Amino acid sequence: TERCRGPLLHWLPATNQSELRMASAEAPAARPILYSYWRSSCSHRVRIALNLKGIDYEYRAVNLLKGEQSDPEFMKLNPMKFVPALVDGDAVIGDSYAIALYLEDKYPQRPLLPQDLKKKALNIQIASIVCSGIQPLHNLTLVRFIEQKVGTGESIPWVQQQIDRGFTAVENMIKGCAGKFAMGDEVQLADVFLAPQIFAAVTRYQTDMVLHFHLLSSPQLYLSLSLMN
Amino acid sequence: MAAMKPVLYSAAISSCSYRVRIALSLKGVEYEYRAVEWNDTDYEKINPIKYVPALQDGDILVSDSLAIILYLEDKYPQHLLLPQDLKRKALNLQIASIVCSSIQPLQCYAVIGLIKGKLGPDESLQIVHHYIDKGFRAIEKLLEGCDSKFATGDEVQLADVFLAPQIHAGVTRFDIDMSKYPHLERFYKAYMEIPAFQAARPENQPDAPSPPQ
Repeated sequence: TERCRGPLLHWLPATNQSELRMASAEAPAARPILYSYWRSSCSHRVRIALNLKGIDYEYRAVNLLKGEQSDPEFMKLNPMKFVPALVDGDAVIGDSYAIALYLEDKYPQRPLLPQDLKKKALNIQIASIVCSGIQPLHNLTLVRFIEQKVGTGESIPWVQQQIDRGFTAVENMIKGCAGKFAMGDEVQLADVFLAPQIFAAVTRYQTDMVLHFHLLSSPQLYLSLSLMN
Repeated sequence: MAAMKPVLYSAAISSCSYRVRIALSLKGVEYEYRAVEWNDTDYEKINPIKYVPALQDGDILVSDSLAIILYLEDKYPQHLLLPQDLKRKALNLQIASIVCSSIQPLQCYAVIGLIKGKLGPDESLQIVHHYIDKGFRAIEKLLEGCDSKFATGDEVQLADVFLAPQIHAGVTRFDIDMSKYPHLERFYKAYMEIPAFQAARPENQPDAPSPPQ
């Protein structure tokens, strides 16, 4: 297993001496464990969130090409046989959306969702476009099915179409609020979901990002976010 | 001046719209129903991705069923759909996500593929059955040993709001044998007794197609 050398939680300053004494007297909490595949954009989302929040975690690789997601032990963690899965103490959570929102509650430092209801809703919508409207439609099983049943070579234009439709919708939604990032000048949940999707689109599906002005304008920032792990 | 009622853009047959209708009914939020047709070109201006549902609440427009329901949780905190306990909250979100990311979009792909002639009827149904079965079996595993009235307790919560429409679609449109999923089958029978779920059923919406004579 790879070990992630992210920043440790104890660099956060305690507000007074008694807190410091209590913290050192308690047994150190076990680090959360992230089950991840290096190339999975869903895992990628959670890695970004963990890094942004400065959460030290243990990385356990699940090799999807070798079918390790079908190991009975992994299936106990996520019966959908998907990465990512997070084990945090006695919490076992599959699904990147559920994990991201759990991290928001459990580790409120560096919040990914704003208080303002309109902006919060926009973040959730953009995350949903990625994780319900784009990514599942280039799921490997479906792509193989399209290649077999609809025709060889049919899957690439199909995937590009889904990506294009989703990104166009996101472009519409962030008009007027995009800054350095999708929702302004701070990274928010929308970016956590967008960055891996853009990364996959550009590196795996030959997406022409010229059409997506706002999303293109920060490719270096997105790439540096995505390469933080 | 009386506050305007929220407007829900919905289609009777859309299970995503059905989820929001249930949530609105559970929270006792009165709303105006506006039906969206299958190829409604004006609707694109309201919702760029053209999916239903969308909710207009004052000057806020929210699309996507999960985003709408999480917005309703904040704005209308009566009958909360998410528990405080982080593990149970995560379970609700995970089940909702299985439905809205791993079942419904693939089911939708299969239906649209059939309509556009890319897939034959058997192929389309095969895809639907594959993804519903995978998702339902996973949810059954997550809920192994569950003896509560509903998915995550004795109160209706977010998981139930997402499960009911998916099971309904499976049973009424895709010939799913629910006896393979005993927990879900039991919950579904319980959902059908609840007025908020009944009121939200596709058949009870203003744009429901008339039954064949």
